Amino acid sequence: MSTATSPAPTALAPAPFDVAPFDVAARRAEFPALHQQVHGKPLVYLDSAATTQKPRAVIDAISRFYERDNANVHRGVHALSERATKAFEGARATVARFLQADPREVVFVRGATEAVNLVAQSFGRQRVGAGDEIVVTTLEHHSNIVPWQLLAAERGAKVVPAPIDDAGDLDLAALDRLLGPRVKLLAVTQVSNALGTVTPLDAVIAMARARGIPVLVDGAQGAPHLGVDVKALQADFYVFSGHKVYGPTGIGVLWARREHLEAMPPWQGGGDMIRSVSFEKTTWNEVPYKFEAGTPDIAGAVGLAAALDYVQAIGLPAIAAHEAALLREAEAALREIPGVRLVGTPRRRAGVLSFLVGDIHPHDLATIVDRQGVAIRAGHHCAQPIMQRFGLAATARASFGLYSTSADVAALGNALHAAIKLFS
Amino acid sequence: MNELTDLYQEVILDHGKKPRNFGPLEGATASAEGLNPLCGDHLVLQVKVADGTVQEARFTGTGCAISRASASVMTGLVKGKTQAEVEAMFQVFHALVMEGPGAHPDLEALGKLAVFGGVHEFPTRVKCASLAWHTLRSALQGQPVASTE
Repeated sequence: MSTATSPAPTALAPAPFDVAPFDVAARRAEFPALHQQVHGKPLVYLDSAATTQKPRAVIDAISRFYERDNANVHRGVHALSERATKAFEGARATVARFLQADPREVVFVRGATEAVNLVAQSFGRQRVGAGDEIVVTTLEHHSNIVPWQLLAAERGAKVVPAPIDDAGDLDLAALDRLLGPRVKLLAVTQVSNALGTVTPLDAVIAMARARGIPVLVDGAQGAPHLGVDVKALQADFYVFSGHKVYGPTGIGVLWARREHLEAMPPWQGGGDMIRSVSFEKTTWNEVPYKFEAGTPDIAGAVGLAAALDYVQAIGLPAIAAHEAALLREAEAALREIPGVRLVGTPRRRAGVLSFLVGDIHPHDLATIVDRQGVAIRAGHHCAQPIMQRFGLAATARASFGLYSTSADVAALGNALHAAIKLFS
Repeated sequence: MNELTDLYQEVILDHGKKPRNFGPLEGATASAEGLNPLCGDHLVLQVKVADGTVQEARFTGTGCAISRASASVMTGLVKGKTQAEVEAMFQVFHALVMEGPGAHPDLEALGKLAVFGGVHEFPTRVKCASLAWHTLRSALQGQPVASTE
């Protein structure tokens, strides 16, 4: 926003060398959906934890695929099928680069939820028996709880919750005690979708590995804000959804160690996952195809790759620095508003602020601020155990993306003031 | 803000803050639990029915201003009504929150329910307004749980 009359910048603090300069106005311009009015007010989109908006690059990549390259993959010898296969496998390679993984360890699924179900039904069924335990943290989204409950019910095993403290951080001492000899798997999120808590994955995974317990990390909220290096992480499984990292809905990723994928039985049967089929004996395709039955979401994978390319071109460190500054600003702004109570004050936070305003129910709050153009989420955020932990039925949640701005934070503050006035 | 003030009319804000007939009911003859799985709202509705007439109705639970106000107004209105009259009232209420006051031009017949005339502008909130009614109907029909899904 410089003008001819602005003073020349002086003595700017040098940015850390690995953080590229971040131009949020330029980034916003790349997201068509952000530039609209709702209820006659400019849209202020603060629900990125539910799903992010999509940059033009993603929308165009999907359109281009359908306009030019659309064909089925891994089958046809014609030109379009060759192009589609190249685009799909190219997308797998892009995902692998994003995760610092081997492409053969990248399985395309519908989303993080399907990835957890796949692991539960394939790896879980193989490993978990009667009397065994699966430890899941209280921070988990229902999608990282319920698949384990289904497995436990089938196997006569038990799902054991790992507690959190009043700040919304994992209780590591309690987790340490829970990881006993009967535990066959630990499921832990990278970032809580309801509180924004960033879990200390290195410590948690080290604890589990020391006891030989495999770990599944839910990266649905972590991937867009923090990214991941699965080699360094030392987990066994990492799952994420495309649509929360600026990609399309309907596509997601299961990353798993190669040795697990080799040993795991197929989950769903169908085309593409087999080597040969006869009524006497059917043999499985190699990994990861063994886990990709049926025609995949090819355009979705292409869109996801475009999203990951987009994020990596900007740089996750730059995105993380921008979002962290904005979260601090939002937290401070909310604390200024009389009656606002933050739910969860974790040591480290990413993407999300959960809060209450006086005794206004979060649903009423969300309706009122929506009429000011401000989109927030109200409810239990598919994380009812967290709500129970804090003795609440619901919270209001503002969540941020790389395109969020200080103006969004100010608009949220103004809208909350309007709600307080209406209810006073 | 006009649609908002239509939704959050004074009467609704008042009933939301200070719900009438709130608390357990001694000597209830029927009860049901209402759940809105979407938002986790939850209420328990208890009724005392004698000679086919609702003698008393009370509720407990958590919910937004709309759902609390709806339960509060409803539990007042159904006292002394037969089950058939309660059902007729529900039909009027249902038409009102789905389609707005235009669906029921006879504002007299709406009575106190008229304060819910703004709900239809907010399709995502219709379930909040309806939860108490669905729960009451379940209680009267001897079903223990009502869900808005």
